[in-house]
Amino acid sequence: MKNPLLFFLIFISILSEGRTIRVGPTHEIKQIKPALSLSSQGDTIIVEAGLYQEGNIVINQSIVFLGVGMPIIDGEKIYEVLSIKANNVVVSGFTIQHSGIATMDDPGGIKVYYSNHVTVSDNYLYDNFFGVYMLCCKNCLIKNNKIVALGKEEQMIGNGIHCWKSDSMLIIANNISGHRDGIYFEFVTHSVIWRNISTYNIRYGLHFMFSNDDSYFTNLFRGNGAGVAVMFTSRVIMINNTFEENWGDAAYGLLLKEISDSYIYGNHFVKNTSGIYMEGTNRIYISMNVLQSNGWGMKIQASCMDNTITNNNFVSNTFDISTNGSLVLNTFNENYWDKYEGYDLNRDQTGDIPYHPLSLFSVIIEKNPPAMLLYRSSMVMLLDKSEKVLPSLTPDNFIDHKPRMHALPL
Amino acid sequence: MNRIIKFILLDIVKNKVVLLYTILLAAFSWSAFGLEDNSTKGILTLLNIILLTVPLVAILFATIYIYNSAEFIELLLGQPIKRSKIWCALFLSLCFSLLFAFLIGAGIPILIYAPNDVGLMMLILGSFITVIFVSIAFLSAIATRDKAKGIGISMMLWLYFALLFDGLILFLTFQFSEYPIEKMMIGVSMLSPIDMARIMILLKLDVSAMMGYTGAVFKEFFGTVLGTIVSIAILFLWMWIPFFWSLFKFKHKDL
Repeated sequence: MKNPLLFFLIFISILSEGRTIRVGPTHEIKQIKPALSLSSQGDTIIVEAGLYQEGNIVINQSIVFLGVGMPIIDGEKIYEVLSIKANNVVVSGFTIQHSGIATMDDPGGIKVYYSNHVTVSDNYLYDNFFGVYMLCCKNCLIKNNKIVALGKEEQMIGNGIHCWKSDSMLIIANNISGHRDGIYFEFVTHSVIWRNISTYNIRYGLHFMFSNDDSYFTNLFRGNGAGVAVMFTSRVIMINNTFEENWGDAAYGLLLKEISDSYIYGNHFVKNTSGIYMEGTNRIYISMNVLQSNGWGMKIQASCMDNTITNNNFVSNTFDISTNGSLVLNTFNENYWDKYEGYDLNRDQTGDIPYHPLSLFSVIIEKNPPAMLLYRSSMVMLLDKSEKVLPSLTPDNFIDHKPRMHALPL
Repeated sequence: MNRIIKFILLDIVKNKVVLLYTILLAAFSWSAFGLEDNSTKGILTLLNIILLTVPLVAILFATIYIYNSAEFIELLLGQPIKRSKIWCALFLSLCFSLLFAFLIGAGIPILIYAPNDVGLMMLILGSFITVIFVSIAFLSAIATRDKAKGIGISMMLWLYFALLFDGLILFLTFQFSEYPIEKMMIGVSMLSPIDMARIMILLKLDVSAMMGYTGAVFKEFFGTVLGTIVSIAILFLWMWIPFFWSLFKFKHKDL
C-alpha cells in the first residue's frame, strides 16, 4: 500500500460496510464485467494485474474501482474502454489502452457521463482516441494520470483531457503528450488546472473555449503544435506557467482571443515564435512575466483595449512588441526592455527617457510579411536605429514612460 | 604564372594591410562569440560583420592594389607572357591572400565555437563573397584608367550591394504587396550575393520559423538539393562573370 489515497479509500470503504470484490487470474472472478454486475452501491472492486479485454466496460453504480499492479484494460481499437455513468466513482491504478476511433461518439479511454464527484487518478492511458473525457460533469478530480497517445494527424486523434460543459473540475499533476489538445475546456466553469505537464501535442497544449472563471497555475506547456489558446472567455487567471519552444508559423506561446478581465502573472514565455498573441482582449493585467528569446515577445493587435502590461522582463526577443495598427489603447509601464539604451541620471532605477518598444521593422513586417526577407539586413538595422532616435512611422503613443534599468528578479 | 603569383603574394604580405585585416576579423569574431551566450547568437552577430566588412575590404583592397600595380603589369607585359596569364595571376593571388586572411581570422573562431553545418555554411559563403567582390573589383578597375573614378565605382558598388539593394527590395515588396511575390523574391535575391548569403544562413538557423510564409517558400527552394545546387551555381556565376568580363577587356585594352 504505497499510495496513501488508496489506503484511505479502502479504509473508508471498509468502514462504510461496502463489500470488496477481487478480480484477477487467481481469483474466482476472473473478469471485470461479472464483478460489476455482482457489485452494488458503495462496493470496492480490486482488479489485479493482467490483461482484460472485455469490450466497453460501464460503471453504473457508485463504486471504488481500483487496480493493483496496473492491470491493463484494452479496448482492442474498437470500444470505448471505460464508461462511467454514476456519481462518486473512483477509478485508480489502471492501464487503459487502445480505445476505438470514431468521430461521431468520441470514444475515450475513460469517459464520464453526467456525473458528479468522480475521481480519476493514477492511471496510465495509452493510445486512446480521447484520454479522459468529462461530459457534463461537476466536482470531479483528475489527478496524477499519465496520458500518452501517438497522434499524427489532427483528425485521427482526440484530446488528452477533454471537459465539456462541466463545472468545478480539478485537473492536477497530469502528464499529457501526443494528443490533439493536451487539455481541452469548452463551457467549463470554476475549474482549476494545476501542475500539469502538456508537451508535444499536435495542436494546443491547453485549449480554452467559452470557459469563464477558471484558473491555471504552474503548468508546463512545451513543444505543442500551436502552443496554448485561450479564447472567448472572461475571468481567467494564469499564474506561474511556463510556455516554451512553440516554434512554427502559426505557433504561439499563449494565444488570447476575445478574452476579458483576466490576469496573467509570473509566467515564463521562452523560445516561442510569438510569446503572447492578443486579439480582441480587454482589461487584462499582465505582470511579472518573463518573455525571453521569442521571435515576437508580444503581438498586440489594435483590437485590444485597456490592457495593462507592467513589470515584465523582455529579454533577447527578436521583436519585443508588434502591432497591426496605429491605435494604441493599452498601457505599458515599468517593464524591463533589454533593448533600452537610455540613461538614469537620478538613479531611481527607471530610465529618464521613455522607451518605444515598437521597432520600425516590426511595423513593416506586420504590414508586409514578405519584407521578412530583409531580416537582419544592415539596411534594416540602420532604419531601425534612425526610427528609434526620431519616431515617425511608428505610433508615438506606443510607449513605456518608466522603463526599468535592470531586469526584475523573476 | 606560378612565379608571378609568388611575386604578388610576397608583395601583398609586405603590404601588411591584409595582416591587419586578419587581426581585425579575428578580433571581431572572438569578441562576437565571447560576448554572446550561445553560438547561434554569435553567428548572427558575426553574420552582419562578415556581410559588411568582408565585401568592403575585398573590393577596396583589390581595386587599389590593381591600380597600384599598373606599372608592374606594364613591366610584365613587356615580357613574353600571355596577357590572360598576368591578369589571372593577379586575380588568384589577391583571392588567395584575402581568403587566407578570412579563413584564419574568422574561420578559426567559427570552427571552434560553431563546428556545425551553420558554421561551415558561413565559412563557405564568406569565402564566396570574398572571391566575388575581388572579381567585381577587377571589373571596376579595368572599367576606367582614372584611379579615383575606379575606387569610386568600387565603393558605390559595395554601397549598392550592402545597403541600397535591400532598400530597393523593401520598396519593391511595398509596391507589389498585393501580389504573391514570394517566388519572385527568390529570383530577385539572387541579384545580390550578399542577400543570398544572408538568406541561406538565416534559413539554416532556428529563426527561419519566424520568417513565416516567406521563409517557408524560401526554405522550400534553398532547402532542397536542387535549390542548393542552383544557388551555389549562381554564386559561381557571380565569381566568374565579372572576372571574365574584365579579362576580356584586359586582353583587348590598349594599355
